[in-house]
Amino acid sequence: MNDIQHAGVTSRFEIRIEEKTHVGADGTLVPAIRDFVLEVKSESMTVLMGPSGCGKTTLLRIVAGLDDRFTGEVDVPEGARIGVMFQEPRLLPWRTVRQNIELVAAPDFSEADLEWLAQAVGIADMLPRYPQELSLGLARRVALARAFATKPDLLLLDEPFVSLDERTADRLRRLLLEVWQARPTTAILVTHNAREAILLADQLVLLAPRPTRVVAVETIAVPQAERNAHAIDKIHADLLRRHPANFIGG
Amino acid sequence: MSVTFARSEADRGARIFRGPLVSVLSVAGFMLIWFIAAEIAQSRLLPGPGAVLEYIYQETVHGDLLTELGITLWRVAASFVVAMAIGSVIGLAMGQMPALNRALDPWLIVLLNLPALVIIILAYVWFGLNEAAAIGAVALNKIPNVVVTLREGARALDPGLDEMARAYRLSPLSKLRNVTLPQLQPYFAVASRSGISLIWKIVLVVELLGRPNGVGFELHLNFQLFNVTAILGYTLAFVAVMLAIEYLLVQPIERHSTRWRNKPV
Repeated sequence: MNDIQHAGVTSRFEIRIEEKTHVGADGTLVPAIRDFVLEVKSESMTVLMGPSGCGKTTLLRIVAGLDDRFTGEVDVPEGARIGVMFQEPRLLPWRTVRQNIELVAAPDFSEADLEWLAQAVGIADMLPRYPQELSLGLARRVALARAFATKPDLLLLDEPFVSLDERTADRLRRLLLEVWQARPTTAILVTHNAREAILLADQLVLLAPRPTRVVAVETIAVPQAERNAHAIDKIHADLLRRHPANFIGG
Repeated sequence: MSVTFARSEADRGARIFRGPLVSVLSVAGFMLIWFIAAEIAQSRLLPGPGAVLEYIYQETVHGDLLTELGITLWRVAASFVVAMAIGSVIGLAMGQMPALNRALDPWLIVLLNLPALVIIILAYVWFGLNEAAAIGAVALNKIPNVVVTLREGARALDPGLDEMARAYRLSPLSKLRNVTLPQLQPYFAVASRSGISLIWKIVLVVELLGRPNGVGFELHLNFQLFNVTAILGYTLAFVAVMLAIEYLLVQPIERHSTRWRNKPV
């Protein structure tokens, strides 16, 4: 008997965007993405890294199905479950942390799952609270838990750790890795932060400035768990040598 | 702008309610001033609080006061529900569809500026002196206010939360319950709070002009008899009912639905 498989989990999928254009406020057309082709490997962490304003968020919104005004194709399987972490936490302020998570949770998401997840991201005591009582760092943890509560086939993370102080951001990155490694998921994360990209990526995709396209795809072989500050420095130096345009100032 | 104002107003109301002593003292002070004024005037045209309360008691036990109050309250409730339902649907639609907004805006401005009396008279002339015309006329007076308030609400909906709901594939019903309605709650609160007070005043006019019962009819009757005690009695009784609705119904509901907001950040 065949195992019933979630299409999104087991199959790799391809993003192909020929052209995406923004219409400016004065009616001018601004090309955001052109000839973008990327194959996303299943159960791996794909990190898209590019300068601010290069169209990363636009790209992620297209993959999430929030924007269909583009030419090209994103073959995310029909009915695939998606978990998203936006730049801001985007929690519902009138729902408790628990309600925020349970609202989007997968049908088979159990109380035990919730406890495990809340424990893993360190919000176990926060479940009955309202989001306004939380600091930004805590709210981000909740947003992270919510994204995993959907038991996603595809996890999308849009600069999830911006505007946090470096220590908090670093703790959250390690948390993301822990939860993600316990529940392997096809994940796409976009960032402009080189060290963040090097810490998290299995597959590091370097993007060109607007209109954005793929410049290079680097596979980082060192397991994430072994990427300490020293290892990151080494990888960074190597990448800086080969892709100076993408890593200067990063 | 108007919403923040109303919210701080509500907060103040809630604080006073938490210290009921202040309210009691305030009411007692009013009664005292009234009592002294009536004693000095010694006139049939300004009865003291004792005489009015006595009248309310007698009419409650032996007369029709409760029936008349009930009839008026029913008309207030019916007009309120009709106005809120129709006004919210139109307001939300106008807030989200600019084309519809442009089409209906002139109508809205006309209705906003049409005097209540004109609408009432025309409703009675065209549809007859009946209950439907009365309630319809009152609702029509209130609908434009609801539309304007809820249109602001629809315009203020957070696009970020809308994206979140779409990304997580919430069902339309779940999105309405969890994302859209909570954002509109303050606008509903403003519309209903100003609605109840406006509506009950207009209901009295409608009753005075063309209904054979209700508080407005009684006021009209007693005006012709120059019975100021009865006029004050009916007014006081109905004001008491409206205060009870405000303190026992509107404010507790509001406190419940905004409890997430009252927590310290």
